[in-house]
Amino acid sequence: MSTTVDILLLSVAMAAASGFIGSFAVMKRMALAADPLSHVALPGIGVALALHINPMIGAAAMLVFGALLVWALEDRARAATETVIGVVFSAALAVGSITTSGEDLIDALFGATGSLGRGELAFGIAMASAIIAFIVISRNSLIVAFVSPDVARTAGVNVRRLDFFYLEAFALTIALGLRFLGVLLMGALIIVPAASGRRLAGSLSAMLQITVTISVTSTLIGTWIGLYLRRQTGPLIVLVATGIFLLSLLPLPFSARRRSQVTASR
Amino acid sequence: MNPVLKVEKLAVQFEAIHILNDLSFSVNKGDLLAIIGPNGAGKTVLLRALIGSIPFSGTVEWAPGTRIGYVPQKLDLDRDIPITGLDFLRARVALAGKRALDISSILMQLGLPLEVARRPIGTLSGGQFQRILIAFALVGDPNVLLLDEPTAGVDEPGEERINELVHRLQLSQGLTALFISHELSIVNRYATNVLCIGHGSPCFGPPRTLLTPETLRDLYGTEVKYHVHDR
Repeated sequence: MSTTVDILLLSVAMAAASGFIGSFAVMKRMALAADPLSHVALPGIGVALALHINPMIGAAAMLVFGALLVWALEDRARAATETVIGVVFSAALAVGSITTSGEDLIDALFGATGSLGRGELAFGIAMASAIIAFIVISRNSLIVAFVSPDVARTAGVNVRRLDFFYLEAFALTIALGLRFLGVLLMGALIIVPAASGRRLAGSLSAMLQITVTISVTSTLIGTWIGLYLRRQTGPLIVLVATGIFLLSLLPLPFSARRRSQVTASR
Repeated sequence: MNPVLKVEKLAVQFEAIHILNDLSFSVNKGDLLAIIGPNGAGKTVLLRALIGSIPFSGTVEWAPGTRIGYVPQKLDLDRDIPITGLDFLRARVALAGKRALDISSILMQLGLPLEVARRPIGTLSGGQFQRILIAFALVGDPNVLLLDEPTAGVDEPGEERINELVHRLQLSQGLTALFISHELSIVNRYATNVLCIGHGSPCFGPPRTLLTPETLRDLYGTEVKYHVHDR
């Protein structure tokens, strides 16, 4: 049986992984890809429910496949990729809505904590740790490949392979968060805290720290309000994260960004 | 002498458009090869093919042990990217492992203050970021530099420093460099050989024989006011 502590543990691990992945997603201008990619989980959930297997397994399998598809298409023209992502992944949402029905659909779209097995808890935490480890280990390659893939290649980075692993880590992060936020909102948890982090930070390590802190804080506060009000936690988590983002838009006299602007204008 | 780079029958095409055709040349250790030609002739495409970033036909052969430092042409970055110049340079150090050179001494040689490198790269001026890119290439201790208009956007003293630094590395460490330039006086002053691509068939040879009004007119398809002065 799951306890509140188990659920909090897993959601903190998920939020931390999402902060690490999201920091690079907003820099790589992948903000708009997060949503359609998360939609692809829905048909997986539908099929898994029909076959009476854990819906998270179905979702994860579809997400891993979806990331592979994006990766394979990335080599082609940019505009074409975006069109294909828009069409294929929205179609996935439509197919998924038909194959999943009633309460299951609502849970899949917005997240439902439900009961959490020990195995799932352990697996979730292991996956979150693996995602965080991947970002920490690959951050140098990711920075350089982000600034210029050509330059990265001459520095010995296998850019295509790095892209593949990043996209799969991204997809697995979505899979991790589905239980809490659902297909429609998980993309938001990856992007919104990182958008605040990007505004407030003046260096990469600051960005990672700020984003992860905001992501975990939003998840904890959202989950707590959800349990208290007996409401779905997903929308609350996203609302808290969005509130923090709005606050980050306020001019902060002592923020690093402000300082760097002052030095820049000299 | 064994060449550092041997290119034979290199051709690049995007869909149906031929960018480069039947290009053959070689570069010896310690050479400075200038690549000149009009805009759109495929100079940047050539460098990108040489580093294996785009598909091509023909052969590109680098000597064993070649370590390339590549300085791309102007990059388009968002202003609010929270990566500082130092983040970027330290990433190169981490990737290079033991080979990495000292960041601060390279920045000093390029005339870029450390405070500037501490700022987010999106807030740097074109010339400052260009020097960060050159520093990035040098930190990896390269023996070959590929420079795509390295001094574009750099102020006069900065340009002088960069040219002198590359020249010094060439003399002291036998560094080989391939550089794209539109400044024919710089090409004439530093280049060992010139490769020209543009209108007509490509030409290759020392600047003295290539930088003539006739070749330049053929290359650019128009009259070019340039005369070779004594070195």
